[in-house]
Amino acid sequence: MTVPLLSIRDLHLRMSSFDGRAHVLNGINLTVNRGEIWGLVGESGCGKSLTGLSVSRLQPTPPAHYTAGEILLDGQDLLKLSPAQMQRLRGNRIGMIFQDPTTNLNPAFRIGEQLVDVALAAAQHDPAVMDCPPNASRHARRQAARKLAGEMLARVGIPNALARLDDYPHQFSGGMRQRVLIAMALIGRPDLLIADEPTTALDVSVQAQILELIKNSVKDFDMGVVLITHNLGVVAQTCSHVAVMYAGNIVESGPVAAVIGNPVHPYTRALMSAIPTRETKRGALRGLAGSVPNLIVPPPGCRFAPRCQFALPACVAAMPASVPVGDSHAVACIRATEMEALVDD
Amino acid sequence: MTEIMLEIDNVSKIYPGRRGIFGTSQEVHALKNVSLSVRKGESFGLVGESGSGKTTLTRSILHLETPTSGSIRVQGQDLGKLSDAELRRLRARVQIVFQDPYASLNPRMSVYDIVTEPLVIHHETLGLTNRQRSDRAAELLSLVGMGPQHLHRYPHEFSGGQRQRICIARALASGPELLLLDEPTSALDVSVQAQVLNLLCELQDRLGLTYFFISHDLAVVRYLCDRVALINRGEIVEQGDCAQIFDAPKSEYARMLIGAMPEVKVPARTGSNT
Repeated sequence: MTVPLLSIRDLHLRMSSFDGRAHVLNGINLTVNRGEIWGLVGESGCGKSLTGLSVSRLQPTPPAHYTAGEILLDGQDLLKLSPAQMQRLRGNRIGMIFQDPTTNLNPAFRIGEQLVDVALAAAQHDPAVMDCPPNASRHARRQAARKLAGEMLARVGIPNALARLDDYPHQFSGGMRQRVLIAMALIGRPDLLIADEPTTALDVSVQAQILELIKNSVKDFDMGVVLITHNLGVVAQTCSHVAVMYAGNIVESGPVAAVIGNPVHPYTRALMSAIPTRETKRGALRGLAGSVPNLIVPPPGCRFAPRCQFALPACVAAMPASVPVGDSHAVACIRATEMEALVDD
Repeated sequence: MTEIMLEIDNVSKIYPGRRGIFGTSQEVHALKNVSLSVRKGESFGLVGESGSGKTTLTRSILHLETPTSGSIRVQGQDLGKLSDAELRRLRARVQIVFQDPYASLNPRMSVYDIVTEPLVIHHETLGLTNRQRSDRAAELLSLVGMGPQHLHRYPHEFSGGQRQRICIARALASGPELLLLDEPTSALDVSVQAQVLNLLCELQDRLGLTYFFISHDLAVVRYLCDRVALINRGEIVEQGDCAQIFDAPKSEYARMLIGAMPEVKVPARTGSNT
């Protein structure tokens, strides 16, 4: 058995705030292999982004505090690395794309310069990124980086890429800026790509193109991807696997076909029935009452129990463990096995 | 023959080019000969990508922008020909709910102040006393599924879904017949979005409102609207019954938009395709 690309084991994260300590991640387990696209879905405030930020260690400590668990990248625990060691991995082994393409590019620098800087930084740690020896002259390295930047820009589907290297971010549309950010994330040939809501700010037509681009990049670069989104439609279209998060826990995870085709956890079911489909009759949409619980004083036992229509007294007694219900399909619910019968009633 | 609530007739809007310190900008044709009509009591969806002119059209309906040519009529009254006082009276009947409930509520006003502000502004038209306003505020809140205990709180105490309910209550305060909904659910989580959509359905059935629903989310439009128009680069590409457009789109643009819509269903190929 090979070592998985990314393995998060029993990760616990506490956040200090004025009101007390919030238990924002509560035993996250997630394994991502090369070639897999994992979708991380859930409502706002359930810890999706924090999981992503924890992997790239971009969450400042304090206020964050990792109380237990480990994040293994090819077997190496990221939580034990020094900031300098971590900085070497970012952009080089871990690439990130964020939600808003307008605020993540510096408006005062040309696109090309920003890409070249990332390429040069990545090449410092891994000379294989550019076909240029590390001891070459500064000019030669910049030339090589610029050539690479042009290739990457062309690869993410920007027409006339070489000429556009000299453009400023404001000359690009939203979708094209997101492509530039993807190029920037991929330029260091990362093994792991973390995409935090990469298409939320974009139009549906552009969204489809960007998702296609991420899918193809996985094949081209043999990476693993963690795609954070709140849109189950995006997951169904793009991902190979999905983990549904609720209030700091992964409540259901597995291959997309299994989870979307046969959702077991009541929360996953509720999320899916909240999305209008072709068949939904007017006024028949089922929302999910209540809101995500306060994580400073989380509800006892299963955190979803207060909003769950199938909750039993036993649900409040203890946090349910994740149990397998199918081929690598796991659910954290004590009534997982009887759920099918319950829903039919 | 059903009554026409809103009629947009051949409206164009051109923003003139400007000379600034970075050179001259081109003039922008934000709307090109847009014509559509909304019947009383129906939900009309306007779908388009960003920059397609949705917002310009919405602002024109409220007469916050003056169209370069063409006319907009609300229940037969041409907005361009009304005096300021007539326009103010008309605006009591046309209200809007904005996209972002975090930005559209004044953080320093209590819910009571927010909800009764339209009653004060449209005092001439509505003529309510202070006492009546208080009653109306409580009534409005219960209409959107909140209670009188929320009246004296401030926006920061509410979640996104509750804030959007407050925005809807404010829009309903002056008793409008036409409600413009500018992406009212795109800033909300799906579970909350479902609640707000259900509330909108319920309010329409109860109050007989006409909705002009602007969105880029086709699934939501298909769920809520009776008829829909697709707008691209300031031009109406296709309009018609919702079912007809979603099942048999005629234009290339409609096919592209519907094809790009992410549906929650198991992909045809198995998950391990990568």
